[in-house]
Amino acid sequence: MPPAPPAVPLTAYLIVSAILFSLGAIGFVIRKNVITMFMCIELMLNAINLSFVAFSYKHGTVDGHLFTFFVMVVAAAEAAVGLAIILTVYKNRNTLMADDIDSLKL
Amino acid sequence: MDTLLFALFAGIAILSAVVMIMQRHPVSSALALVGVMGSLAILYLLLGATFIAAAQLIVYAGAIMVLFLFVIMLLNAGAEPKPLRQSFLARALGFPLGIALIAILGFLIQRTVPPDSVVVRFADAKAGSPQDIGRALFTQYLLPFEVTSVLVLIAILGAVVLARKET
Repeated sequence: MPPAPPAVPLTAYLIVSAILFSLGAIGFVIRKNVITMFMCIELMLNAINLSFVAFSYKHGTVDGHLFTFFVMVVAAAEAAVGLAIILTVYKNRNTLMADDIDSLKL
Repeated sequence: MDTLLFALFAGIAILSAVVMIMQRHPVSSALALVGVMGSLAILYLLLGATFIAAAQLIVYAGAIMVLFLFVIMLLNAGAEPKPLRQSFLARALGFPLGIALIAILGFLIQRTVPPDSVVVRFADAKAGSPQDIGRALFTQYLLPFEVTSVLVLIAILGAVVLARKET
């Protein structure tokens, strides 16, 4: 086993971010529950935030941190409205499965 | 020390994400997502982003996930039923294509970012303290910040309008 490097390359953070994003995308496709799909979107946003912070470290500026901050605010707003939409859909359709919410399908 | 902490928490984050998308019950998924967000906060700390790490724990792991859990419990969401019929194509290609997505993204990152060009050490972080964030937020980024407050107001109104009883 090779000795562990003294510090982590920036690429490692970006790869973790890419893996988390891919897992979020995969989860969005394979899950049927609307709430779980919504959580997968949050996972993807988090993965992108990690990329932003990593690039911000590379440039030594605070810009990426602020983008992350704005993404967090937008995610909070999105979660509030999205969950309200899910509540309304559940009230009307009495289901949470995306496959059963198909009124717009021909 | 940096390498150890990074490996530990990156591993926890990825493992929790896998658990999250494999679980059928939404409450288990939500708790795994809390694990992802907590370990991401540690990764932010390793990158020197102290303010973002705190905000991640408070806003994401605290507020947003509690909102999710409230809705899951309010709607009494149970586990997903097993799919009755699943196309052969989806079952055969789903897993390989998922791995391919991760591999392509990793390959592109390796190609575009020269390896070992930048190494991350906790002590080397130049910016990210609450003072730096606050100074930039209220000078250079003042307009986006104010627009954000309007966005949050609209979100509050939208949530109230959507969730109220039909009259």
